[in-house]
Amino acid sequence: MNTKVTIAGVEFKNPVMTASGTFGSGMEYSDFVDLNELGGVVTKGVANIPWEGNPVPRVAETYGGMLNAIGLQNPGIDVFMERDIPFLKQYDTKIVVNVCGKSVEDYLEVVEKLGDTAVDMLEINVSCPNVKEGAIAFGQKAECLYDITSRIKAKAKQPVIMKLSPNVTDITEMAKAAEAAGADGISLINTLTGMKIDIHKRTFALANKTGGLSGPAIKPVAVRMVYQAAHAVKIPVIGMGGIATAEDAVEFLLAGASAVAVGAMNFVNPYTTVEVVRGIEDYMKKYGVEDVNQLIGSVK
Amino acid sequence: MSGKKKTGAIVLSQRMIAPDIYDMWLKTELAAKAAAGQFVGVYPGDKSHLLPRPISICEVDRQRSALRLVYRIAGAGTGEFASWQPGQETALLGVLGNGFPVKENAHRKAVLLGGGIGIPPMLELAKELKEQGAEVTIVIGYRDDKLFLKEDLEQYGRVFVATEDGSVGVKGNVLDVLAKEDICPEVMMACGPMPMLRAIKRYAQEKEITAYISLEERMACGVGACLGCVCKTTHKDHHSHVNNARICTDGPVFDAREVDI
Repeated sequence: MNTKVTIAGVEFKNPVMTASGTFGSGMEYSDFVDLNELGGVVTKGVANIPWEGNPVPRVAETYGGMLNAIGLQNPGIDVFMERDIPFLKQYDTKIVVNVCGKSVEDYLEVVEKLGDTAVDMLEINVSCPNVKEGAIAFGQKAECLYDITSRIKAKAKQPVIMKLSPNVTDITEMAKAAEAAGADGISLINTLTGMKIDIHKRTFALANKTGGLSGPAIKPVAVRMVYQAAHAVKIPVIGMGGIATAEDAVEFLLAGASAVAVGAMNFVNPYTTVEVVRGIEDYMKKYGVEDVNQLIGSVK
Repeated sequence: MSGKKKTGAIVLSQRMIAPDIYDMWLKTELAAKAAAGQFVGVYPGDKSHLLPRPISICEVDRQRSALRLVYRIAGAGTGEFASWQPGQETALLGVLGNGFPVKENAHRKAVLLGGGIGIPPMLELAKELKEQGAEVTIVIGYRDDKLFLKEDLEQYGRVFVATEDGSVGVKGNVLDVLAKEDICPEVMMACGPMPMLRAIKRYAQEKEITAYISLEERMACGVGACLGCVCKTTHKDHHSHVNNARICTDGPVFDAREVDI
């Protein structure tokens, strides 16, 4: 039975990764799961300098999901390279670094610094809905996405995955722009912009007023967008959005994702990632699937 | 490895001890390592409510392998917990957070201050301090005469009560008790609403003593990964280097001098 998948020339032992921002750099969850069992760890977004993020409250629970407006708090690339990359190198898993920035130059600085490190792949965050500058501003207009993708591709030494926002009118237009600009793959979906109001206090549940919705509540939206994107482009798609079980993950694979990522459910059940890895194998055994690649995009 | 895990638990007993305040004992292996000031995440059974609810540990019974949680109904999740009967199976995430520094302060005259639903963690703290031979004074503040945990606390130290409406004890807050009863703490350990903790931080600064305060914030993961529950710190935090400590892992207990509240 083969569970390996190859994305932009990088071989993952299985198609299960972590969604950026839900797993740190793996340190906190290494208490719960053996990181060696994961296909890859996708890190929390890292910028050229430390970002302090948004005021609290930053999180709020919603029906079957949650809103967050962390605001990409991160220690900056220098601390990240000294601490987080060596930590992840101890494990037999692929390292995918999520890169964020306020300007294209910020992204390029991080991408260049990561060029000579042991990082396997870059995921470019052009879809965070919770910061005022950068991030989603680059990911909601096809021409902006094309521009930043091509400039990053010109400097990057690792394969580049563009992480797309669902907060757009036509996801296929964005997927095609990333592909045309030379992206090696795309990942989707980031969170859906949402809002919650505390009716007892008559105030917003989040200090940022709006936040990104994640968790099982968004899964059908994510599956639909992965399906649409996978049919619009030839580059590989990494699918995510509300994955809680192996069955959810298989749904994304069938819709056209070459790999999947577990996000908010890490917060709910810290063992979700490894349960999904093992559950996909169980599914393959049950249905006599020899190679996980046979599942990818097989529901047309 | 910190030994954190998500694990099963069984409700041993449950009763209401004041309006909307419940007292629940749970059988769980987490009792083996739990300490004063730490907390656990309690999972609602209703799967539309996904996140574990952070609840402070009120008491640890290692012999029975049980934890006592005293909590207030704050929404649908805790509302569901209050309906649980003995035998109910649930799950806990824990043990989470750093806890109070007990051994380091056993030789000092410790004053514990609890306000409202910040009172429960004072019980295990008073118990552990007494076990270490410390002289413990406990000051607890309530809104009105609906007191809870007072008799439990009296086993471990001298207890003074403040009520906002003056119906029991000193009319006012926990700091009013210190003035009225002429209590001079060498170290303070506190949990309660933010205005109370701010006042304790100022008091400790003026008296040049150490105050350990337990903070609360909306949290998601409980293990330091999501960066949801941060508080401003006076120095660069070791995780993100931006003066934001994670309440769930760097706290919930902080030296009041270290946080900007």
